[in-house]
Amino acid sequence: MKEEFVNVGKPVPKKDAYEKAIGRATYIHDLKLPGMLYGKILYSRYPHARIVHIDTSKAEKLPGVKAVLTGYNIPEIRIGFYKDNTPLKKGKVYAMRDEVAAVAAIDPEIAEEALELIEVEYEPLPAVFDPEEAMKEDAPLIHEEHKTNVLRLPWKLVAGDVDEARKNSAYVVEDQFRVTRVTHCCMGTSGCVAVFDPQDNLTLYSITQIPYLAQRDFQEALKAMGLTGKKVRVIQTTIGGGFGSKLDTHCYEYIAILLAHRTRRPVKITFTREEEFKYTSPRQPAIIRIAQGCDREGKLTFRDVQMILDNGAHTSWGATTPSVMMMPISSLYKVPNVRYTAKCVYTNNTYCQAMRGYGNPQATFAIECSMDQLAEAAGIDPMEFRLMNANEPGEVTPQRFKISSCALKECIEAVGRMLNWKEKRGKRDGRGVGMASLIHVGGGARVYKSDGCGTIIKVDDFGKVDVFTGASDIGQGADTVIAQVVAEELGVRTEDVTVIDNDTDVCPWDVGVHASRTTFVACNSALGAARKVKAEILKLAALALAEPEDQLVMKDRVIYSKRNPEKKIELGKLLRGAHYTRRGKMIMAEYFYDPDNEMLDKEFKGNFSMAYAYGAHGVEVEVDKETGQVKILKYVAAHDVGKAINPMLLEGQIYGGAMMGIGYALTEQMIFQDGEMKNPNFLDYKILTAKDVPPMEAEIIEPWEEYGPYGAKGIGEPGCVPSAPAIANAIYDAIGVRIKDLPITPEKILAALKEKEKS
Amino acid sequence: MRKQISFLLNGEKVEVEVEPHWTLLYLLREVLELTGAKEGCGMGECGACTVIVNGKAVVSCLFPVMEVEGAEVWTVEGLAETSPGGLHPIQRAFIDNGAIQCGFCTPGMIMSAKALLDENPNPTEEEIKTAIEGNICRCTGYIQIIRAIEAAAKGGSDEGGVR
Repeated sequence: MKEEFVNVGKPVPKKDAYEKAIGRATYIHDLKLPGMLYGKILYSRYPHARIVHIDTSKAEKLPGVKAVLTGYNIPEIRIGFYKDNTPLKKGKVYAMRDEVAAVAAIDPEIAEEALELIEVEYEPLPAVFDPEEAMKEDAPLIHEEHKTNVLRLPWKLVAGDVDEARKNSAYVVEDQFRVTRVTHCCMGTSGCVAVFDPQDNLTLYSITQIPYLAQRDFQEALKAMGLTGKKVRVIQTTIGGGFGSKLDTHCYEYIAILLAHRTRRPVKITFTREEEFKYTSPRQPAIIRIAQGCDREGKLTFRDVQMILDNGAHTSWGATTPSVMMMPISSLYKVPNVRYTAKCVYTNNTYCQAMRGYGNPQATFAIECSMDQLAEAAGIDPMEFRLMNANEPGEVTPQRFKISSCALKECIEAVGRMLNWKEKRGKRDGRGVGMASLIHVGGGARVYKSDGCGTIIKVDDFGKVDVFTGASDIGQGADTVIAQVVAEELGVRTEDVTVIDNDTDVCPWDVGVHASRTTFVACNSALGAARKVKAEILKLAALALAEPEDQLVMKDRVIYSKRNPEKKIELGKLLRGAHYTRRGKMIMAEYFYDPDNEMLDKEFKGNFSMAYAYGAHGVEVEVDKETGQVKILKYVAAHDVGKAINPMLLEGQIYGGAMMGIGYALTEQMIFQDGEMKNPNFLDYKILTAKDVPPMEAEIIEPWEEYGPYGAKGIGEPGCVPSAPAIANAIYDAIGVRIKDLPITPEKILAALKEKEKS
Repeated sequence: MRKQISFLLNGEKVEVEVEPHWTLLYLLREVLELTGAKEGCGMGECGACTVIVNGKAVVSCLFPVMEVEGAEVWTVEGLAETSPGGLHPIQRAFIDNGAIQCGFCTPGMIMSAKALLDENPNPTEEEIKTAIEGNICRCTGYIQIIRAIEAAAKGGSDEGGVR
């Protein structure tokens, strides 16, 4: 089967790599429009304070300043998942990152100078930064009208009888883990350009991951501004990294819109790196309590998890990460009895949002560390323990996920083989090996009522194909895999296919680039449209060649008859014929694919995704007991991806994910003091560099996924999920201490070693 | 007070009036409209703005504009435009090896690689890692970038220079 494909399964270079390589790709920072002004935002000086007075008169008088906005001279626009945020705060600030005023000026320097002229008088309020403190009765209320700091999002999943199972378990382990605040660090900082036409229709040049949901959010904002019935067009420039940071609409975008409307000029806002660190939202930190048990043979009996998440002062879509955390908690390994509760808590910290994995890295860290603890308690090798409990195809999990394809066992075995597990494990000589597995949605995810994606395909006079898709490319390669599957279906080459994916006026609807869904959903959508186009073309070809349609084959830009291969016509010629004929026709088609997956019900159960991606990572470490330094000697990753449509781009997702995961495990941490971020630069917030790349191997395992486009599943997020527990487990194997809070710094290792010596 | 400077930019002589406090990146992006070099941090920590001055890779966001007087400056745009087929072998290798995802770090990464290969046509993996240590990439995990630079180096030696 494999060898028959011309485009699918091939390491085709990324479609936009050429323009990126020659420096011609246009990012938001590169965009300049005639008459464009530059917007700058003034942020709060306190983590929690009443705004007593704002005086903008000096700023307004500065030559070159075209508008100064505060919460007091704009209409009320409520934003966020909980509608508990406004673009510019009025009455009160809730966090150091809260937006207080904004300026538009003819150049960025004047805008900056104007900010310094704005006088804000505050009355500081008591603040709370620890979610456990914030849950106490006497804690200061972040949002008074909410009456409590605990969000009214009752995350609770129960399957089977955990208490009974615990009683009957032969071995039980229980522990607490902590994961910290980390941030996306997209190399391209945030930004947008807002433009109104004279009739008040808005165009927003944007880097969003959700163009069509953003369009709706901004439409709401226009309504609040009194501009009903006006149009919003979202055009995405080249996007300098996403990783979930653009799954919400953000205050700065609304501020640009408000400034553009006030000034009647295009307004651009771009963030400096310091602003990016301080004023965009990170991954949720969490305190995780987990208990697991197994029977005498080592079969898992139950898993019981409680979590407290620091929501920060406002609520983004990221507050729904507990719904995704349920996935590994209920369905990573076969565990019959499951209980999970989570509380998201308001604090005066920066508010959190989605980040690659969407809760999965946090949950998997606790689960997979606990798996090793339980294996040890039961006296079973951790790899054997995982194999014994691994998921299998055809299984229905306690959360009612229907597992179609599943190669978790093969992934675990591959990791064992690549690491030379049997020989390396259990030495406790400063070197050690560890592993961890993952499950993630790989066939879309019904987070919203729709999980759909639209495609329009047209073909031109020369046999070239234009695909208009709702999908967005954030660097992962959606543009390329869509071209590959369409080319395969229509018998052309990937380079014959142009993918247009960045304009809400031109492209059909899509719910957004999240949940590792784009390859699965957008390619299925593109395939649907391609099949319709193909049927039209074959009808024409049947007439032209006087052969029945079922005898016709489209291959390598030619249509020929199977039984009479000499009967053939070049695709471009056939299409020209269609256009240049009396009563001619345009060959094009549209298709909307919305997978047959289920929204989670009131009990948070249902087949959330059409398919599930699995994987396992393994690592060999050397730990210096004198310095606490961890050196990764080898890092291996095995991923069950269904069919790899583009193995080269897929490997890139694995390597990139793993390096992000290693950073999460060992080096990355946003340091906050009284609500203020103290390390907003790349010297102090340590993401990994080329020097830190360990020897790394990736193995792609390709079980056929029946619902996938050409058998494929998603791979965008899985690569960063199991790194941290694999490393923590390897460190334990090396030196016998378990670090339970991330990141695993040399200081923590030394302290743990000291503690161990004492006892 | 503006001052006139002249230098060689991508092989062509440029004369331009500058404010002495400008950085080279500001001159390139805002005045000469060469937006290939990116500003990822503005503090010399990420390398997205890397260009080559007199054969050395420099972070142009910190490089004082007055110091390019009389210098030879190469940017990612010049690399493509002066190569046969509109693509330098390093750029070709980046494209072919999956070294480009979001692409924001790519121009700087390619210029660091160019400076390395000009000086050391057959670098070891460690030498490659050292040469791009100052260029941060969040997407790729660097592995395919390192492979691309190795491939460009090999391509160069096999075919005696530019492919």
